[in-house]
Amino acid sequence: MRLTEEQTKHRRSRSIAIAWALAAMAALFFAVTIVRLGANVLNRPF
Amino acid sequence: MSDTSLDIDQTGLETSSAYCAGDVSDFIALMKPRVMSLVVFTALVGLVVAPGTLHPVIACTALLCIAVGAGASGALNMWYDADIDAIMQRTAARPVPRGRVSPGEALTFGTILSIGSIFTMGLLVNWISAALLALTIGFYLFVYTMWLKRRTPQNIVIGGAAGALPPMIGWAAVTGTVSVESVVLFLLIFMWTPPHFWALALYRSRDYERAGIPMLPVTAGHDVTRRHILIYSLALGPIGLAPVFVGLGGILYAFSATVLGAVFIALAIRVYNRREGRAAEQAAKKLFSFSIAYLLLLFVVLLVEHVLSGLAVTGV
Repeated sequence: MRLTEEQTKHRRSRSIAIAWALAAMAALFFAVTIVRLGANVLNRPF
Repeated sequence: MSDTSLDIDQTGLETSSAYCAGDVSDFIALMKPRVMSLVVFTALVGLVVAPGTLHPVIACTALLCIAVGAGASGALNMWYDADIDAIMQRTAARPVPRGRVSPGEALTFGTILSIGSIFTMGLLVNWISAALLALTIGFYLFVYTMWLKRRTPQNIVIGGAAGALPPMIGWAAVTGTVSVESVVLFLLIFMWTPPHFWALALYRSRDYERAGIPMLPVTAGHDVTRRHILIYSLALGPIGLAPVFVGLGGILYAFSATVLGAVFIALAIRVYNRREGRAAEQAAKKLFSFSIAYLLLLFVVLLVEHVLSGLAVTGV
């Protein structure tokens, strides 16, 4: 299947948006994990 | 060959006009950003006025989940209603009727966002607010869009519950419960919805009629709709004051709710009295515009009062 120039452009912009959304979601889960753990995040068994 | 099939171009390669033509902006439009903004704002107020505290990161997460959930509802609504959206002037430019996004893509997009927002809310905030978010999305899609919208003129009366739930979700995000105060916020939006939409339906009735949607002006006529608008507006006045009696609103809110409620009723009376021609249409348009300002202002006042009282308590 061959895409038109416009379709290729739109697919690229959608792919970038999905990448940003996934990165934001990963950052969100990381941030909330830190918030929930609080100071315990540093409490590691040696 | 049809527009949605594969064609062979001069180079012998297949090209497809069925391939998703939509840009990111089309997918954003699919989420009904204007509706989403009101949903997020009412949820924010529910979150701020709730007793207790929530870490700012968790609060932002809750609002993000509510926004995405509202967007998902919009996308699923546009998937299901693509046929009638194409007929109605107001909705004909939406991404699915315009062919920018296929119905299948809208369904997939809406489903992924729904599941994602509910589970993120459950995992990162709490499961009561996640359950309320699931109820909101499910009610809007299955009860309002699929069941009521094309069957009964009471569609927006009952379906309005979906739009009234966001402050309860915001409240539940903080408290983990459903309480009388949050039910009062729900009731305020629930009672506001019918006169708001019927005012719109009065001057868009031909659009609804053409699409076969049994809005009240189409099934019962404009005069009956005007009477219903007036009755609901009269009921909305006292309900607008209810937050004062459960301790959510203070003096400023009581004053605002009284004045705004009186204006709402006055405009509803004008809609009731002006029944012919351009004056009737303008009265309906004015009530519709004011109804948006009414809800927005009441929630702004609630927000301001709580922020100010919070600052007073902390001595800032």
